[in-house]
Amino acid sequence: MTIKRIKTSIIAAAVISGSLVGSSATLAMESQFIGSLVYRTGPYAPGGIPWADGFADYIELLNARDGGINGVKLELEECDTAYNTDKGVECYERLKNKGSTGMPAVMPLSTGITYALLDRVVADKIPLITSGYGRADAADGRVFPYGFVPPATYWGGADIAINYIASQEGGYGNLKGKKIALVYHDSAYGKEPINTLKALAAQHGYEFSEFPVPHPGLEQKATWLKIGRQLRPDYVLMWGWGVMNATAIKEAAAVGFPREKFIGVWWSGNDADMVPAGDAAKGYKSLQFNGVGSDFGVHKQIKSELYAKGKGSAKSAENTGEVAYNRGLQSAFILTEALRTAMAEFGNKPVTGEQVAWAMDRLDITDARLKEVGADGLFDPIKLSCADHLGKGRAKVTQWDGSQWVAISDWIEPNSEMLRSMYEESAAAYAKEKGITPRDCK
Amino acid sequence: MLYREAGEFKSTYQADQAILTIRQDRWFMWALLAVAFVLIPLVSSEYWLGTIMLPFLILALAALGLNVLTGYAGQLSLGTGGFMATGAFAAYKLATAFPELNILIVILMSGAITAGVGLLFGLPSLRIKGFYLAVATLASQFFLIWMFNKFGWFTNYSASGVISAPPMAVFGDNFVTGPYATAEAKYLFTLTLVVLFALMTKNLVRSNIGREWMAVRDMDIAAEIIGIKMLPTKLKAFAYSSFLCGIAGALWAFVYTGSVEPLAFDVNRSFQILFMIIIGGLGSIMGAFLGSAFIVLLPIFLSNAPHWVGLNIPVDLISHIEFMVFGALIIFFLIVEPHGLARLWQLLKEKLRLWPFPY
Repeated sequence: MTIKRIKTSIIAAAVISGSLVGSSATLAMESQFIGSLVYRTGPYAPGGIPWADGFADYIELLNARDGGINGVKLELEECDTAYNTDKGVECYERLKNKGSTGMPAVMPLSTGITYALLDRVVADKIPLITSGYGRADAADGRVFPYGFVPPATYWGGADIAINYIASQEGGYGNLKGKKIALVYHDSAYGKEPINTLKALAAQHGYEFSEFPVPHPGLEQKATWLKIGRQLRPDYVLMWGWGVMNATAIKEAAAVGFPREKFIGVWWSGNDADMVPAGDAAKGYKSLQFNGVGSDFGVHKQIKSELYAKGKGSAKSAENTGEVAYNRGLQSAFILTEALRTAMAEFGNKPVTGEQVAWAMDRLDITDARLKEVGADGLFDPIKLSCADHLGKGRAKVTQWDGSQWVAISDWIEPNSEMLRSMYEESAAAYAKEKGITPRDCK
Repeated sequence: MLYREAGEFKSTYQADQAILTIRQDRWFMWALLAVAFVLIPLVSSEYWLGTIMLPFLILALAALGLNVLTGYAGQLSLGTGGFMATGAFAAYKLATAFPELNILIVILMSGAITAGVGLLFGLPSLRIKGFYLAVATLASQFFLIWMFNKFGWFTNYSASGVISAPPMAVFGDNFVTGPYATAEAKYLFTLTLVVLFALMTKNLVRSNIGREWMAVRDMDIAAEIIGIKMLPTKLKAFAYSSFLCGIAGALWAFVYTGSVEPLAFDVNRSFQILFMIIIGGLGSIMGAFLGSAFIVLLPIFLSNAPHWVGLNIPVDLISHIEFMVFGALIIFFLIVEPHGLARLWQLLKEKLRLWPFPY
């Protein structure tokens, strides 16, 4: 080989490696990779963008203020799923081996993607954290060693809604003979609460009726005529998604169903869904597994550390209070707390998915810790164990005042005893079907 | 010069009836199979095998099924997603009701069940034609998905209506479903099935059944006059097409994702597969594969490309660019060659025959 050739190949190699990685690869040696599946495009983007911004802002806040976690810089890479399951699986596979230790955990942000990843995360030993969605029975950590559902599940949400209705009616005793209807997105997601609501109906004697709405849910006239004119229920619950939410609220207004008695699950409680419904949404209630507003300490820090310096992800600091944004913050918080727990055990260096799963089994987010980060009241404390992958599963009831959400209840705790046995029963059926031997959590 | 049949003499009827009559074509096909079976599993990462090759192969099989019905028999169908769902749910019911069954039998039986369902929805095709048939098959799409959502029996009364594949092995310890199946095993299993069915389809469309289909497609009245019975011919096309789609659906649910909800087979899936055969080429086996490659691989390539060249573009911008480039390419290819990518491939071969002395 001539000198000229060697020279050219060295230059070529330098150019290629330089252009490929730039600054990130040199850092990758000691930085913690975080993969984030987001949907900033597609039909549900209005709800996905604030979540992605919240998630990115919290990670950036840690980087800007503390230089990462325990000196380990965080390196965030997003992948856009457009809320499409095929794309989501591709994103997961693309990101899972990046960085020095791979993706520490995956938050797919879609029921479809969650189900498609259930098998894969077990093989890859990457924890699947589904905050307020996904399989409710993943609360049983013995069957789902890599599935985590803090802070709340749909089944818990259904129970909390009934609990709230009972408190409005003056006790569970007064539920007898009341009519409660469920309007739901006809998909895996929408069907989740039905069994819980049926079990509670048998227990408390209310009359339960279900109204499936086919995807995407733009046509609900017949449904609401039946609800508003024929059935005339005392309360309507909603497990809606995307454009279905605003349509349902408008139709409820059209048939004169009081919005104060109309309670949606958290995914029917995005700011982006209320604005299109306009005045019709005033008074509508929604469960939330996080606090609402942007007056918390963590928001102030994000504004001063990021937005004041022009580094925030969202368009402006105004957007930082949206419900979906707070959920993004919460997901990032849960993940980074798990990283901290893992680093405390395995040393201050990038951790693997398996180590994060170990940490999630022991995750303990206390009130004191929440105060420290300026998120008391914004998030609920979470304490997980090997068998319990859910925590308390509490949520708040909030009401739309025409321009923003206002919390109208404190944290409501679901009936854990009944739900726990339902989780275990469902998980056992899954284990049997899939040939899983539940692990021993002693 | 390189690609020319001059000097190749056929001395038997068998040689005359071979699928690939030109020696170079045979070499090419063997080389392609060798690459697919040996080279790709050896050099590909798990990401390539499990995320790119698997959906490409499975959707190519579904496109093959639709191509039999639409491309060969001329019956426009929008029910592909529904038939895939039927295959997936049939496989799930069989696998959970008879756990001792081998996965191959489960998949073949779910294909057979889907063929039965296809027969049923094919009945109106005797009276309904063209765009109206498309609407009638669209009804089957919505009906089937609704049915799997509505009746708990199909999902063994799971709370969410999601089905999940139990771990199953072809023989011994070679799992192809469940968390412990390797990407290589999944890929080779799917590839074998897809190659076998492609071969079967190729032979079928060369047989008298295939000729009947094409006669019906080209002019149904003329076909009837020369003695082709409409109903059995159309129903055969529906049954065989649904058989392939059902198998594709079962593979999708069991081998590719592992867990699946009915929405994975909604009307968008039907459109996706219809676009595959339109872009790939109607009435061509090769077209199903080319179309699937175009629709599945190109968006993945487009969304990865900025990273490969080291550009740091926000993800939403990448997605939007992907849509624009993808859309522009579809229009470009349909203008350049309205008969699909398979026709381009054929033209290339014609040109190659004359090369380097075109006249």
